[in-house]
Amino acid sequence: MSGTSMTTRAWLLMLPLLAVMIAVIGWPLADTVGLSFTDAKLVGTAGNFVGIDNYVKTLTSSNFQRTLTTTTIFAVISVFAEMVLGVLAALLLNQQFYGRTLLRGLMILPWALPTVVNATLWRLIYNPEYGALNAALTQIGMLDAYRSWLGEPGTALASLIIADCWKNFPLVALIALAALQAVPRDITAASLVDGAGPFARFRFVILPYLAGPLIVALVLRTIEAFKVFDIIWVMTRGGPANSTRTLSILVYQEAFSFQRAGSGASLALIVTLLVAVLAAAYAVLVRRTAGSTA
Amino acid sequence: MERKSFLFSFFIHACALLLAVIILAPVVWLFIMSISPAADLTAKPLVWWPQSVDFSRYGILLSSVENSAGAAFVASLVNSILVAGMATIAALVLAIPAAWAVSRTPSVGWSLYMVIATYMLPPVALAVPLYFGLAHLGLLNSVFGLALVYLTIFAPFTTWLMKSGFDAIPKEIEAAAMMDGAGLFATLRIITLPLAAPVMATSALFAFLLAWDEFFYALLFTSDLRAKTLTVAIADLAGGRVSDYGLIATAGVLAALPPVVIGLVMQRALISGLTSGGVKG
Repeated sequence: MSGTSMTTRAWLLMLPLLAVMIAVIGWPLADTVGLSFTDAKLVGTAGNFVGIDNYVKTLTSSNFQRTLTTTTIFAVISVFAEMVLGVLAALLLNQQFYGRTLLRGLMILPWALPTVVNATLWRLIYNPEYGALNAALTQIGMLDAYRSWLGEPGTALASLIIADCWKNFPLVALIALAALQAVPRDITAASLVDGAGPFARFRFVILPYLAGPLIVALVLRTIEAFKVFDIIWVMTRGGPANSTRTLSILVYQEAFSFQRAGSGASLALIVTLLVAVLAAAYAVLVRRTAGSTA
Repeated sequence: MERKSFLFSFFIHACALLLAVIILAPVVWLFIMSISPAADLTAKPLVWWPQSVDFSRYGILLSSVENSAGAAFVASLVNSILVAGMATIAALVLAIPAAWAVSRTPSVGWSLYMVIATYMLPPVALAVPLYFGLAHLGLLNSVFGLALVYLTIFAPFTTWLMKSGFDAIPKEIEAAAMMDGAGLFATLRIITLPLAAPVMATSALFAFLLAWDEFFYALLFTSDLRAKTLTVAIADLAGGRVSDYGLIATAGVLAALPPVVIGLVMQRALISGLTSGGVKG
């Protein structure tokens, strides 16, 4: 078959997918761009063209700046903790101990638990009057009086981060474990003979094998954490006093709670741009690591 | 291998025990809450293990008595299965031909990378126009509308997974069948698709699990029993004025059961699917 007809055939086979993608992604995205330059409401008028007013208002508002900070704190701390805990757990699961197969199997549990169920579960655990955390800490004497973990601005974000980490670090652990199992035995044995201590061995022998898969996990988790909505909506709805409000929650409130479709759209596009910058930065990082370990 | 000292082995076992407790405690507590009498859950000090085991909430949620908590739960369960099923099938139908085409004709690959790039889009970037669009088509609060919206998420990544699956099947096998006189579609049906069955199953599983988990679009685009999915129903329960925490926990256990069973049984396939992107990294 000739090259041209192969290409034609390929395009024909891709047509249904591309058509649907244009209908459900391309057109809405273009429409969001259009909306972002108007003062359209969710219900009623189509709105008037207002130029870049929405963008100027958004970028200069203290609400946006505070929300961006909250989102960054949430994303950086959760992803960092998930990576560290995940690698530590993987190193552990790669050792010899009784019940290893069982424990490796159990690691899938938090990942499989639906996000909303996880959020609900932790909301019950943090309950100010009857929650298990208050009960446990009081009974072992670490806490004098019950606290409202999700109800105080000082502890709400940290409590959310713990719930998010619990669900996501096992996935990092499983990915890291799969990579660890690919490290050839004779290489680790040789490094022992050469007198490498445990830290040198981790840094120079094991880490190069982990780097590729971990960077992919890091990219995906960071983008997810930056877009986070579900767990926060179910546990705190962005409260108390907006202390856990992330960018996706802010867009939801603007576009759907306050029905300001136009300014909501501009905000959504700013978030999209930030995610794209993150993704591009990581793409460079991935290429660089692939070059250095290959 | 070197021999490990007793102390090291003890340390490893202690760490493993700690990890097991961290992983299991919250899940086990969810289950205990679901079978504890309501009074135990609000007692001070908290009763950690119920005096009498009470499975009645499972019966309540799975009953279909009209206008009961059960009817709402069962309706949302059915909606979740319908939406996840339809979206998964539609995504595969779109993904398979496209993925095969890109795998065999790399010159059109750039269009696939554009499709995959959309996976990074935050749902909020599409939400407002999708809301207007669905309203215009009369598909707000409909399982069909929600399944259609889910294609924005599933079509890109099933195509990506399927493409890596097709890449692993040698072109030569297809060429041999064509040489023997089989047409393109006969070749695909008899040779390629059966070989790609495991990848198809993994892709379908991922799409189904993601649909089961999805909350943002379901929250926006559904409003009552006709289309509300499980995640929205549970968020309603958790945020509402339900006084029995055990009932919320029971709904959580039931919603978690399908993905947890799939996860435990299919762990190997899921992990290899998750890491397939990393191998190339």
